[in-house]
Amino acid sequence: MTVNVSIATRSREENWLPILELSVQEVFEIMLGCRLEPAASSESKPPGEFTAMIGLAGELCGVLTVCCGTRSANLIAVRMLGAELVTSEEQVWDALGEICNMIAGNFKNKLSGTDGHCLLSVPTVITGGEYNFHALVDGRSLETTMLFEGAPIAVRLELHS
Amino acid sequence: MGKVRALIVDDSSVMRKIVERSLRQAGIDLEKVVEAGNGAEALGVLRDNPVDLILCDINMPVMDGLEFVRQLGSVENAKNVPVVMITTEGSESYVVQALSSGARGYIRKPFTPDQVKEHVLPVLEKKP
Repeated sequence: MTVNVSIATRSREENWLPILELSVQEVFEIMLGCRLEPAASSESKPPGEFTAMIGLAGELCGVLTVCCGTRSANLIAVRMLGAELVTSEEQVWDALGEICNMIAGNFKNKLSGTDGHCLLSVPTVITGGEYNFHALVDGRSLETTMLFEGAPIAVRLELHS
Repeated sequence: MGKVRALIVDDSSVMRKIVERSLRQAGIDLEKVVEAGNGAEALGVLRDNPVDLILCDINMPVMDGLEFVRQLGSVENAKNVPVVMITTEGSESYVVQALSSGARGYIRKPFTPDQVKEHVLPVLEKKP
C-alpha cells in the first residue's frame, strides 16, 4: 500500500464502492444462501433497529457498520443457524456481528497492499435507532443499501484519513 | 478415518454452530464436539477433553488464535492435535504466521462446507 496517498483519496481513485458491494454480496450468498438485490434510490433507509460495528485499524483505518431492522436481523440469524437453533436475542446480535465481521474481512482481503497492515476489532452490536454517528476525524464514507428479502440493509464504511 | 472428537474455538457462538454443522456436512463423523470462546478457555477445555481436531478463529478477546496455537504445545494431551484456522483474516502474512505457529490448515470466512471438507479431511487423514 502506498502510505503517502490517503485512504480517502485511494478509495476514490480505485473506486472502492463496488468492492464493498461485492464483499457484502459474497457474504450473504455464501453464509446465508441468498442474493441481495440492489435498492432503488427511492427506497427508504433501513429502520436502524440493529447496527453492527467493526473497527479497522492500521493503514486501512475506520469503522464498518451494518444497519438493518429487527425482521432482517432475526432472518439473518435464522438463515445462519436454522430456526430451531435461534432461541435468544443474543444469538441475533452474534449473527449480525459475525456478518459485519466477515464483510469487513472480505473487503480488506480484496484490497491490494493491506497485507498484514489492517487489524479488525471484535464486533459490537447496537440495538435501537435513536443515535447519531459522529466520526471525529476527517475522512470519507462509502455506503450501499441493498435489499435482503425485500427489506433494506445499509452497509457503511467510514474511512479515516 | 473413524469417529472424530473436535474442539471449536470462536468468540461467536453462532460461528461455532456453523463450523460444527459444516464438519458434519463434510461427512466427518463427530463423536464429540467441545467449544471455547477464546484461546485461554480452549487451553483449559483441552486439559479435560482430549480431541482429534481443533478448528480455531484468530481474532478473539483474551487470547487470540495465533497465541493459542503457540501455547498448544504446553498441553500434554494436545500437542500433536492438528489445528485448522477459520478466520476473516485472509492476508498472506496471517496465513504464514498461522502455519509457522503450528496450524495445519487455513480457511477464510466466509466459507462453504466444501471448503471445510477440502481443508479438514487431508489434515485428519495425515494425523499420526
